[in-house]
Amino acid sequence: MISEQLVDLSRLQFAATALYHFLFVPLTLGMVWLLVIMESVYVMTGNVVWKDMTRFWGKLFGINFALGVTTGITLEFQFGTNWAYYSHYVGDIFGAPLAIEGLMAFFLESTMIGLFFFGWDRLSKPKHLLVTILMALGTNLSALWILIANGWMQNPMGAEFSFDTMRMEMTDFWAVLFNPDAQAKFVHTVSAGYVTGAMFVLSISSYYLLRGRDVEFAKRSFRVAAAFGLASVLSVIVLGDESGYTVGEAQQTKMAAIEAMWETEPAPASFNLVAGINEQAQKNDWSIEIPYVMGLIGTRSVTKTIPGIAEIKAKNRERIESGIHAVTALEALRKDRNDAAARALFEAHKADLGFGLLLRKYVTDVRQATPEIIQRAVDDTVPRVTPMFWSFRIMVGLGFLMLALFGTAFWCTLKLECGKRPWLLKWALVMLPAPWIACELGWFVAEYGRQPWTIYGVLPTHLSVSTLSVTSLYGSLAGFVGFYTLLLIVEMYLMVKFAKMGPGSLGTGRYTNEAHHGATAAA
Amino acid sequence: MLDYPTLKIIWWLLVGVLLVGFAIMDGHDMGVGTLLPFVGKGDTERRVVINTVGPHWDGNQVWFITGGGAIFAAWPLVYATAFSGFYWAMLAVLWALFFRPVGFDYRSKIHNATWRATWDWGLFVGGFIPPVIFGVAFGNLLQGVPFQFDEYLISTYTGSFWALLNPYALLAGVVSSAMITLQGATYLAHRTEGAIQARTIRAGTIAGIVMVVAFIAAGFWLQSIPGYRISSVVDPAALPNPMSKTVVREAGAWMANYGRQPLLWLLPALGVVGALAAVVLMRARRTLSAFVASSLAIVGVIGTAGASMFPFVMPSSTQLAASLTVWDSVSSHLTLAIMFYATLIFMPIIILYTGWAYRVMRGKVTEQQIRDNEHVAY
Repeated sequence: MISEQLVDLSRLQFAATALYHFLFVPLTLGMVWLLVIMESVYVMTGNVVWKDMTRFWGKLFGINFALGVTTGITLEFQFGTNWAYYSHYVGDIFGAPLAIEGLMAFFLESTMIGLFFFGWDRLSKPKHLLVTILMALGTNLSALWILIANGWMQNPMGAEFSFDTMRMEMTDFWAVLFNPDAQAKFVHTVSAGYVTGAMFVLSISSYYLLRGRDVEFAKRSFRVAAAFGLASVLSVIVLGDESGYTVGEAQQTKMAAIEAMWETEPAPASFNLVAGINEQAQKNDWSIEIPYVMGLIGTRSVTKTIPGIAEIKAKNRERIESGIHAVTALEALRKDRNDAAARALFEAHKADLGFGLLLRKYVTDVRQATPEIIQRAVDDTVPRVTPMFWSFRIMVGLGFLMLALFGTAFWCTLKLECGKRPWLLKWALVMLPAPWIACELGWFVAEYGRQPWTIYGVLPTHLSVSTLSVTSLYGSLAGFVGFYTLLLIVEMYLMVKFAKMGPGSLGTGRYTNEAHHGATAAA
Repeated sequence: MLDYPTLKIIWWLLVGVLLVGFAIMDGHDMGVGTLLPFVGKGDTERRVVINTVGPHWDGNQVWFITGGGAIFAAWPLVYATAFSGFYWAMLAVLWALFFRPVGFDYRSKIHNATWRATWDWGLFVGGFIPPVIFGVAFGNLLQGVPFQFDEYLISTYTGSFWALLNPYALLAGVVSSAMITLQGATYLAHRTEGAIQARTIRAGTIAGIVMVVAFIAAGFWLQSIPGYRISSVVDPAALPNPMSKTVVREAGAWMANYGRQPLLWLLPALGVVGALAAVVLMRARRTLSAFVASSLAIVGVIGTAGASMFPFVMPSSTQLAASLTVWDSVSSHLTLAIMFYATLIFMPIIILYTGWAYRVMRGKVTEQQIRDNEHVAY
């Protein structure tokens, strides 16, 4: 039996390294397009301030990108090091998008980033712009393939279990590729990245404007960020809604948890704005509701119902009971693949194999599962409601707050007076952490909300781990925490230093801070 | 669609191509990292060394990432078993690699001798450690690895990290490290001039000689190491299930392929001749040819290991039947085919734009250039 401690530590390590990686990815995703916009204006107008903007924001982008690369390798390693059974069980499907990501996107992005930084004097203006565009394309394609892989974990399709090889095997590559979950996730995630990039540029530009320095540089940056940010935040909100609408059992379970909807409500369901969640009694002690809204978001109709937690659990109980037959038949088939009775039984129940495997958390032989054990497995199938409920609300709240900020900022730039409103600039400055908090919470809702599965309905999390010792996990976790803390300190130090120094760090002689930084600020 | 056995063979070759690609491309960056503290005296010289790979190391590192992804997709059981079994070795590689992106990008952003010296050693660690560990890993693959499967094909590794560091594996680590250092030296000699180039050529000569001696020694030693052989009938078209075969361990088994196919001797020969030629050409300042010769030596060395073990990829020393082979640790027919076509489409494109990037940045990196590009160069 796999110890629960091992599973918890493996999850903690993956969550910590993934959330850490995701501090850097959204900024990269958004910044590349801002760089493309700035450089395009430079190429079209020939105004050198746009070149300086591309290079200065590019420098901050580079500091961020280095840690994105550093921490990204960890994630690819970790499927093998810590989730070996997962890698075996679904590698046939999950490995393909990861490998294609490398071939199609990451090579492009990483090769072009070298030319972006080093090619200014060696490439013609249009060629350098092409490099920047290809870098942006690579970065975003990279996100596409990763989210195709992740979308498959949320809504596995185009694959079937094979008892001969004891794993899931791909049956339809196009189904994996055009998984609606993956498409919705992609648009939502990259848009969130664009918002992050826009907020970063908007905040730091506001800082320069508040200090009244490098005004021409900062004003233009502010304008680009405001426009790009407004478009992006609208996209996040509209297409965030789209990913709620995407049907699938994983999403339904998440939706019920996010909404703290214990019982199925008559259509159209109301939306709990806030609620006093009572996890013990499986009910809300109080709630402030907005009628109709949940039904409209969740089903795009006023007649369809959305299943509540009790209904989901009842259905999962049936699937677990059916899954016991699937596991039993599978074990017989592994011993003798020509056992016709076992084969018939397996075919009848194989859709519920994953649910049967949920019991292996508590018993080695699933036939020995008592009603209490089955009940525990049933309870496992819905994630804890409280963290889901509040994470989601904070994320959405921050989204609307950013919409207000970008809307105002955009309005002011239209009237060409962004430098004259200190309250707006201060607001933009304090909002700097908002997109990061929202992104991390979004990641949490998506991944924690999928528990107890790594692949929804197919492979339980507790079966997915590598059979390592708990001591090894403590050691590696400590190593990651140590390394990552150190790296974050170094990164933040450089980021703050260069953000404060501003475009003067380019050493062009056109900006503030050149005199005493000109000699010391190397790139 | 190509048939299953053919695709299994193709993927064995493709994984080999990716490994070789990684060793040639990321290898020369790692070699430069290894040489950095020894051939660069003073800050400007070190910046020259770093900037020879500055624009390229990131793209080159993707050979490693894509190699890992391709093994995940094409040989999921190998990916799962090797990465979890070699847990601490893999983490050591990973943590060593941490120093590279930040080392390259952050080092010259601050004018402080301690800061810069620290990152220089970080770049050394990131360049030196991974090739040593990969060599050690190959040395262990050749001896068999203690792991087994249960009825669910859950693998359990029963060895320890320290057991990986046995004498034969360490010798393989020396081969690998020297090979990568030579590769880095030929590249660095090509992109530098004067004192740095002279020191690089001296260091590269030592690396080349060490590599040839260690490689030949490892070859002779290998003959006395028990190899593995599938003793049941192999059906290359069968659905992959490692537990459906029987395997024996016997002396000389790793030499059997060379007996059957004497042409394979060209591989170890290429390893030796390529390395010696690289040294000679490098000393004659024919640095581009030296780089090509050193790259061919890499083909020879990695090819030798692959040819000795074929069809084995990761033999198990404790549950012989669990040994992972080209036939039974692969993905489904469909996935192998899709991944083959994806590679066929994208690999030439990658080579094309990588070549373009090197063309744009071609020429010697000089101290004058570093001074002129104070704010741009690493």
